[in-house]
Amino acid sequence: MRPEAQRQKLFTRRAAVLAGAQAGVLAALAARMYQLQIVESDRYVVLADENRINLRLLAPLRGRIFDRFGVVLADSRQNYQLVIIAEQAGDVAATLDALGILIEVSESDRRRALRDIRRKHAFVPVLVRANLSWDEMARVEVATPELPGVSIEPGVTRHYPFGEMASHVIGYVAAVSDQELTGDPLLELPDFRIGKAGVEKSQDAELRGTAGTSQVEVNAFGRVVRELARVAGKPGRDVVTSIDMSMQEFATRRCSAEQSLASVLLDAVTGDVLALVSIPNFDPVPFSAGLTSGMWQDLSNDPRKPLSNKVIAGAYPPGSAFKPVVAAAALSAGVLTPETSITCPGYLSLGDATFHCWRHGGHGTLRLRDAIKKSCDVFFYETARRVGIDRLAAMARRFGFGDVLGVDIPGERPGLIPSREWRLATSGTAWSQGETVIAGIGQGSVLATPLQLATMVARLVTGRAVSPRLVRADGLMPPGGDLAPPVFPSLGISPHVLALVIDGMSAVVNEQGGTAYGARITEPDFAMGGKSGTSQVRHISEYERDHGVRKARQIPWKERDHALFVAFAPVGTPRYVCATVVEHGGTSGGGGSAVAAPICRDILLEAQRRDPVRRVPEGYAVAHLAAPARSQPGG
Amino acid sequence: MASPTSDLGWHEPSLLEKIRSISWPLVLLIFVAASLGVAILYSAANGSMQPWATTQALRFAIALIPMLGAALIGIRHWFRAAYWTYAIALGLVIAVDLRGFVGMGARRWVDLGVLQLQPSELMNVAVVLAAARYFHSLSNEDVKRIRFLIPPAIMVLFPAALVLKQPDLGTAIMLLLTGVVLFFIAGIRLRMFLLMALAAAAALPAGWHFLRDYQKNRIYTFLDPENDPLGAGYHILQSKIALGSGGLFGKGFLLGTQSHLSFLPEKQTDFIFTTLAEEFGFVGGFALLSLYALIIGYGFVIALRCRSQFGRLLGLGIVTNFSLYVFINTAMVMGLIPVVGVPLPLISYGGTAILAVVFGFGLLLNVGVHRDVRLNRRGESQPS
Repeated sequence: MRPEAQRQKLFTRRAAVLAGAQAGVLAALAARMYQLQIVESDRYVVLADENRINLRLLAPLRGRIFDRFGVVLADSRQNYQLVIIAEQAGDVAATLDALGILIEVSESDRRRALRDIRRKHAFVPVLVRANLSWDEMARVEVATPELPGVSIEPGVTRHYPFGEMASHVIGYVAAVSDQELTGDPLLELPDFRIGKAGVEKSQDAELRGTAGTSQVEVNAFGRVVRELARVAGKPGRDVVTSIDMSMQEFATRRCSAEQSLASVLLDAVTGDVLALVSIPNFDPVPFSAGLTSGMWQDLSNDPRKPLSNKVIAGAYPPGSAFKPVVAAAALSAGVLTPETSITCPGYLSLGDATFHCWRHGGHGTLRLRDAIKKSCDVFFYETARRVGIDRLAAMARRFGFGDVLGVDIPGERPGLIPSREWRLATSGTAWSQGETVIAGIGQGSVLATPLQLATMVARLVTGRAVSPRLVRADGLMPPGGDLAPPVFPSLGISPHVLALVIDGMSAVVNEQGGTAYGARITEPDFAMGGKSGTSQVRHISEYERDHGVRKARQIPWKERDHALFVAFAPVGTPRYVCATVVEHGGTSGGGGSAVAAPICRDILLEAQRRDPVRRVPEGYAVAHLAAPARSQPGG
Repeated sequence: MASPTSDLGWHEPSLLEKIRSISWPLVLLIFVAASLGVAILYSAANGSMQPWATTQALRFAIALIPMLGAALIGIRHWFRAAYWTYAIALGLVIAVDLRGFVGMGARRWVDLGVLQLQPSELMNVAVVLAAARYFHSLSNEDVKRIRFLIPPAIMVLFPAALVLKQPDLGTAIMLLLTGVVLFFIAGIRLRMFLLMALAAAAALPAGWHFLRDYQKNRIYTFLDPENDPLGAGYHILQSKIALGSGGLFGKGFLLGTQSHLSFLPEKQTDFIFTTLAEEFGFVGGFALLSLYALIIGYGFVIALRCRSQFGRLLGLGIVTNFSLYVFINTAMVMGLIPVVGVPLPLISYGGTAILAVVFGFGLLLNVGVHRDVRLNRRGESQPS
């Protein structure tokens, strides 16, 4: 069969070609496999691991904040939140309806949950409500069989047992803002909170701790399949503040009647801030969850500035409370002795300008002690004129004015002590003597914070450069008091000078005719000394001078004077120092003694009652005037 | 039709003789490949016989019956049934167009009540059968004439166009390539191929319009897969990652991360080679390719030893079709060609695929069993 043989031959030939082609394809496939699996394998191994391994951060537990005795001021609490997993719930809207019968689910909670469900994978738990009460949790738990996809999960929230009582010291935590991102992935965790104010902010690095990590294997949809490795994080360290919470509570209650106030109680020896009150205060809790815009508007539009810590961030003209500094400068410079007499006719003329004393008719002739006691303006105009601005400013700086004190919370303002250089730099004009004179009564350009005023008194009564502190690096206070309190360097001011000033301040309170006699402490062991101040907010017009200053009630609140008082106690060996500024609380003529002095009195009295020992270490008590040349009481 | 005994001294071999003459080594190779497929499906289901491995094993076992049946039926019966088979398969393909339902966005299935059939897979076998019969009947001279090539060309192009419309680009390409190879081994002139190549080149722009958007995207993606790793290039990139990360020896059975964590698309069907190569590495992938090479080689031997043109064409056509499945699928998952849904024969999960492939092997075995049967132009048996 010839054609058949021919056909078979052709077939065989073509089949051979085909076989060759197929062998070629197989070889090419094998070569490609070799390329992918042997040559480029390393690269693909990395890609495969990047696909499947996900590093997740475990947020560390934030450290606690204590008061000096270990009372908890801030801690992290487990709370219970209700979450819903869409893929298990099926009909999410119906499930939310059913939940709404059991517990309160607000319209905004509902909207947010539905929105999150749309945005996220169906297996991601979405928050419905946080901070469930025990009762609500129980009701949901009982009903879970009928609520597929609903579960209760633990979360952590910052808890402040005293609420707004110490909000200006502790501050608050809130979600990380874009500007605060440092590249640390911990900050990018959705639930992470950082300190935004107060100790929470300044000690954030301590409190934060270090993140743990969890290596998880995820599938292509991001669902966690299993955990491969876990490195536990380190919880944040606890921070001890100098605050005595019982004093803080007392002081806050005592001040709460005022509209806008700053008051601070210092331990003059250690510099510990025992109580710090800034009214109004705020509730730190809502910040953690995120303020609503309405809440934020209310807080930021309030003219009384609830978010501002006025003790460190309120800069006020100190008024007459500045006079102890002027006195110390003059005595140290030798331009004044306790015996120097100056006559006050009610005003001081300097060139074209006339400077008035607060007392219209003048105080007559008086010496330093009475000048402090009666807060004679003319005496201190003249004293300041004799000292000169350079020596006055130098002394003020020594007492802690004009710069931040470095207390352990953010937001401190430096205040202002004017000088020739400052005048030239700000307005380009030369310093005038009138400015020196007006600085002599703490007015003009002089600005001080309540904390600076308290520090001034602490330095005055100890003779040392006491620095206030809010964080106790040495931890809780031991039962018998601090074993090794911080040692501050001497101010380098003669104890005699300081004693003279202290004596004058004692007279202010404890002698008839003293501006704060009405606020004296009658228990002799607890007696305080102090100095009142009234700082003008507005200029007193000629008209008012001629027709008499209006009564405080007639002036709009915002234009009323600030009332100040600085005080120390007990008189003999001062241990506690208090400075109080009542914003717009002063009467125009009477100084801070009427409003601010009673607050200082009550706080100091309470502090001494709680601390019957009142030990003052050796070298911290300025020698009391042994035989003071007292002038006549009263006058 | 003359009875076998009327032939000149030649008698139909008994059933026992036929069973004895089946290429059992080839059956064993097929069995090994199918078992390997079940094992990979077990792994692809995260170490579970459900939902794929058990079904696949069962389907393979059931498919062995038509395979042995196809092997043992006299080859002349197949010769006679060739056009009928083709007509039935074509009817099913048309039925898919008429009342098929949408699966994976494409109409490829016909629901016969008891099983869902993908007739385009059966079409491959039917085209080989029909073309083998057609070319068998052609004289050596007629094969060289262009007008005798028109019927088989329609025989291939018509179902290919129908399948492409479903749309199933992979199977359409398979049909076309199988047809081309059949033309080649049937002995048509090489210059005809040149003509066909020119015609194909001319038809390409028109064919491009025929493609659906997703098919065009796959081709764009193939040209630059890493440009769009989360979009259309995702599948091929993940497939290459799975292959590459397998390395020389693989990650171990059941330990493939890409497949188990769902990074691999269609891990139980079109991309199953990747699952294997990820878990068994280059060694495993190469072993499977070698197994396929052995099966293909066996098929070549069977086809070449056959004394009838019908048998030779049928055998080599089946083998070619099988090898095209292998080549297109593996080249696709390795990123050598665009993604065109073609399963890996004997391994991929899928009812019709395994039925069609195993049935095809039944025909190949048939060619081996009946290698000494001579058929005249009308398909009547003649003694050797």
